Amino acid sequence: MEGFQEYFGETHHMVRETVRRFVEREIRPFVDEWEEQGEFPRNLYAKAGVAGILGIGYPEAYGGSDGDIFVKIAAAEELMRCGSGGVAAGLGSLDIGIPPIIALGDDDQKSRFIPPVLRGEKISALGITEPDAGSDVANIRTRAVRKNDHYVVNGSKMFITSGVRANQLTCAVRTGGEGYGGISLLVIESDTPGYSVSKTLKKMGWWASDTAQIFFEDCRVPATNLLGNEGQGFYGIMENFQNERLQLSVMANMTARMALEESLKYARERKAFNRPLSGFQVTRHKLADMATLVEASQEFTYRVAARIGTGKTQIKEISMAKNFACMVSDRVTYDAVQIHGGFGYMREYLVERLYRDNRILSIGGGTQEIMKEIISKIIL
Amino acid sequence: MNIIVCLKQVPDTETQIKIGSDRQSIVTDDIKWVMNPYDEYGVEEALRLKEKHGGEVTVVGLGPKRVTESIRTALAMGADKGILISDGALDGSDSLAHAKAIAAAIKDLQYDLIFTGQRGVDDDLGIVGATLAEALNIPQLSLIVKVEVAEDGKSVKVQRPIEGETLVITSTLPALITAQKGLNEPRYASLPGIMKAKKKPLAEKSLADLGLNSADFGAGARKMKILELTPPPAREAGKIVPGETPQEKAAQLAKLLHDEAKVL
Repeated sequence: MEGFQEYFGETHHMVRETVRRFVEREIRPFVDEWEEQGEFPRNLYAKAGVAGILGIGYPEAYGGSDGDIFVKIAAAEELMRCGSGGVAAGLGSLDIGIPPIIALGDDDQKSRFIPPVLRGEKISALGITEPDAGSDVANIRTRAVRKNDHYVVNGSKMFITSGVRANQLTCAVRTGGEGYGGISLLVIESDTPGYSVSKTLKKMGWWASDTAQIFFEDCRVPATNLLGNEGQGFYGIMENFQNERLQLSVMANMTARMALEESLKYARERKAFNRPLSGFQVTRHKLADMATLVEASQEFTYRVAARIGTGKTQIKEISMAKNFACMVSDRVTYDAVQIHGGFGYMREYLVERLYRDNRILSIGGGTQEIMKEIISKIIL
Repeated sequence: MNIIVCLKQVPDTETQIKIGSDRQSIVTDDIKWVMNPYDEYGVEEALRLKEKHGGEVTVVGLGPKRVTESIRTALAMGADKGILISDGALDGSDSLAHAKAIAAAIKDLQYDLIFTGQRGVDDDLGIVGATLAEALNIPQLSLIVKVEVAEDGKSVKVQRPIEGETLVITSTLPALITAQKGLNEPRYASLPGIMKAKKKPLAEKSLADLGLNSADFGAGARKMKILELTPPPAREAGKIVPGETPQEKAAQLAKLLHDEAKVL
């Protein structure tokens, strides 16, 4: 046994290896093509489901593979190694869609909505953001009115990851009055009459993931799809954010790490003025700074994850970890493109995609500014 | 049918190998250890046969404690039991000694088939399979790319590629097969499999447990001695074939292949 605490042990190494192989075999050879096409094949969900990758961290009773928080992180890190944040985000949309069902759903809802998603047969997405309400969650307008055993839903959801292909949307709706107390969570299935989807939205990054706007027009959703009680939605959403922010921190750290690795490789190979780039002190020092930032950010995220893993609430800490990780990945992806020069601006080079894919990380799952609001409210 | 798969842990093929200061071993710091790829074919084939014919798959590994990770990986793929032969006295042993220890560990087990990789990708000797078959006094079928077990489970028909032809061999069981690339495409350990693997039995055996004398093992008992390890020669710079037209270049290339490389 090492004399210090290691976050990853034998099981985690094995999981890492399995996901690494999955990525090498099922994603890497095709990923550039999928990025250009703006979509990855739907059967990738089923393949990941069979390998048990989608089920990580979910109870065996609902078809999950179990595993602690570091199993999830090991798998997420290796998935990011496919080099496409879009593929990782698309495959991973269940990780924001399912947790509220775990937290608030009853047995019947869990058995209906979780196993098909973990098998990769159905796609789960989360719908919070609206055209007029993003960070300001308490002001969402999509309304659900109870009529006998149904809710009639009207409104719209924006920027929904996996939204084009999702079979079920874990959706924030207003069932009560103004403010956060009037918000509930409903699982809305895409084949419900009155549910419609925009075309895939064109984005700066995450090209391979399908992002959509979703519309509800007198969409009749069975009341049995309400998660928990009316008015519990805001709580469910906030709980879920901690987990989403952890995932985004991990994504930012991996984006930065890959940008660093690509830069190290390039600096050793590329020659300028008759010596490798790594022979210039300005480049060497830049790489040293990048490596230091990546290391510090990753360790911080792991530390916060370890506490979350024991059930501790880490609202402030995870907000800090996300902001720090994004600040690091902003800087490191920028420097990585700079080191690559003109090639870094070309699509054949991974750093070009990392630079674009990185931009969403400090916006999604709570913006940098919202994170700072949360942190300042707690420390002041 | 009961199948035994022997596995070795080797440096990942992408690892940069550095020769140690003693010039006889490699630097093992920072090496990522993985299951020998040829052994993985053996594990996969054993699992397929088990799925078809029933029975149990036992994985036997030899080496330091870290080898448990590779054994667990095989258990996560679907094998039933693991045995790790681990003993400080094994340090520095050669392949012949390894085979002897493995034979001692499996001689009292019930088995119909034994798989080993055709060689380890670390020192590329390919000795353990043959030595083990000899020690157990069973037939050895080497470099196999196809395995069919008869319905009655009493014999096996295998294929070995030779110089563009295929040699078809039948043998009685029990027999030992050394797995060659092309035998199958190994599955990866599924996540539920990894979780279940933690609960599967994995026994650790010392040389004394196997009734062996540690004086017969270790560097002192080596029959094969490593004199020196040297890195492969650095690759020479490439040559750009001159010429104005593709025809000229082709003619020049043919000349170079004939006169310099002497391959035409």
